[in-house]
Amino acid sequence: MSELLVVRDLETQFKVRAGRLHAVNGVSFSLKQGEMLGVVGESGCGKSVTMMSLIRLLPPSASITNGSVMLEGLDLIKANKQQINAVRGSKIGMIFQDPMTSLNPFVKIGIQLSEGLIYHKRMGKREAYDRCAQYLDLVGISNSRHRLEEYPHQLSGGMRQRVMIAMALVCEPKIVIADEPTTALDVTIQAQIVELVKELREKLNASIIWITHDLSLLAGMADRIMVMYAGCIVEEACLRDLYKDPRHPYTIGLLDSIPRIKNDENLRLKSIPGQPPNLMQKPSSCPFASRCAFKTERCERENPSLAFAPGEIEGSSHKIACWVDTRGRQ
Amino acid sequence: MNAEIKSYIPLVHVENLVKHFPVRLGAYSEKRAVVHAIDGISFDVYRGETLGLVGESGCGKSTTGFVILQLYKPSSGKVTFDGLELTAMDEKALRPIRKRAQIIFQDPYSTLNPRMTIMDALAEPIRVHNLLPEKSIPARIGQLLDDVGLNFGFANRYPHEFSGGQRQRICIARALACNPEFIVCDEPISALDVSIQAQIINLMMDLQEKYKLTYLFIAHDLAMVRHISDRVAVMYLGKIMEIASKVELFNNPRHPYTKALLAAVPEADPDHERNKPKVILTGDVSNAIDPPAGCRFHPRCQQARLECKQEPGPELAEIAPGHFSACPYF
Repeated sequence: MSELLVVRDLETQFKVRAGRLHAVNGVSFSLKQGEMLGVVGESGCGKSVTMMSLIRLLPPSASITNGSVMLEGLDLIKANKQQINAVRGSKIGMIFQDPMTSLNPFVKIGIQLSEGLIYHKRMGKREAYDRCAQYLDLVGISNSRHRLEEYPHQLSGGMRQRVMIAMALVCEPKIVIADEPTTALDVTIQAQIVELVKELREKLNASIIWITHDLSLLAGMADRIMVMYAGCIVEEACLRDLYKDPRHPYTIGLLDSIPRIKNDENLRLKSIPGQPPNLMQKPSSCPFASRCAFKTERCERENPSLAFAPGEIEGSSHKIACWVDTRGRQ
Repeated sequence: MNAEIKSYIPLVHVENLVKHFPVRLGAYSEKRAVVHAIDGISFDVYRGETLGLVGESGCGKSTTGFVILQLYKPSSGKVTFDGLELTAMDEKALRPIRKRAQIIFQDPYSTLNPRMTIMDALAEPIRVHNLLPEKSIPARIGQLLDDVGLNFGFANRYPHEFSGGQRQRICIARALACNPEFIVCDEPISALDVSIQAQIINLMMDLQEKYKLTYLFIAHDLAMVRHISDRVAVMYLGKIMEIASKVELFNNPRHPYTKALLAAVPEADPDHERNKPKVILTGDVSNAIDPPAGCRFHPRCQQARLECKQEPGPELAEIAPGHFSACPYF
């Protein structure tokens, strides 16, 4: 698999009343063709801002202060407005969290769905509608022709999320960024959407970045997972390694704090003490140090960068940002 | 969980409880309709236990909690608390019950008055019920804050100075302020981050043991419900589908809806996710304004028979000691 998207040293800041909020602090990763990359972290850890920075869908108060995002020879950070518009929707599709607010309530489904095709692919309306109906069928919406003439309020939450997925896919992008697409949905509907995305990924051979706060959800679908904390990637590993052999103390804590259906009588959950740090200052020490059970003196002095986990050989995909070798100490 | 305090004396008894909300629909509110939020449910909450109440959004689980506390008056049916029939009482007679039965709400951001200090917020229930003379209130508040793991130094601060987890601790302290016996916990952790959820769950379990509390724990997160509950009730569209001890319900679910719900919950284990049987429900939850005739679940049930569509729908029946299911066929 070749590298489709390469992100280097991305930094994004927000101007707020009290100063600068360091939301993303030097994130580097790459995405391979056809890969499903899971990004997990708690609210405010910078996972959404990182992915929005890729296609520069940020509010005016935010600025990307450093880094590069290379897609097919084009640096999306330096690209001009025309170039970035040609990427949005056409090369990188987006599925947003809340299907209730991401669709325009005054505009028919068909018009919203065909907009990308008419703009990017220069299709005529009839041709675009044919394609849209095809994609609605693909995402499991029956009676698709008729649905194109309906308004968003006529569909249920699960159906609206299906429309959002169809919208992200209709221009056949190489990359789809799904920002917590199931968080607003019930578990039985979530299971439907997850199954659908897995199927579509096989069919369309797209790369998917799935952002979530729910580690359990990724266990059934991701190839590789990145764990984010305080605007940094703290651990990156393939699916099995992350769940069976987590190395970063934060990942270990996160996995321990989820109650498992398997173990019956664990009376107390292990929780991570304290709270995430304030990001008004760029972290100069390890941002997790104050909550960490393995903390050493070095952790409070220097911020570790993402490197191969201890014992892993060069070329392994298992990386952590930690000074401590946690093996055998859990 | 705590074998010594678990008893089979019902503290709360709910019988044929019905709650219908009249609504007006249409652009000019010209149509009258009725939302069938709860449609005839009966159960007991035993003294000292935690009864988990799970279901998808809109199934009536929060309404059930509110009706038990008489925050909503039921349309019909009976609620008794420690032998007293709450549904027959007026507001004045309910006053002494209010301090014995408390509630913790879902959103710790909107349930604390932003203009009241923590001291005032915690003192209010004590003053309203005249529980303590004014001069001993600060000492009591110190003890309450200590119980929930906060420092007395926080008492003069305002809610905006606290994080979500800390605010939920304050809400718990407020619920404890008048020494209740019974607490309705209405999704107390779903607005919190994963690592903080575990802290709050541990706190609630410690407090239950210390003060011999009885919880009705309403949630949609099945893994957490399994962790904290002694027995679990599953609701769907205003009806209870299944009630059993948590071990029975999770290891030996009988109702097709419970089975599908359990299968839809992802586990943080890639091997388990790959091998688990797939039961993906099709369709959405039906509308509570016009619920389906017969069994409420039949439009989505893969095993539905002709009889399932006929009125009257099936009632809860004991299929094994302590295990009730509303499906006569499984």
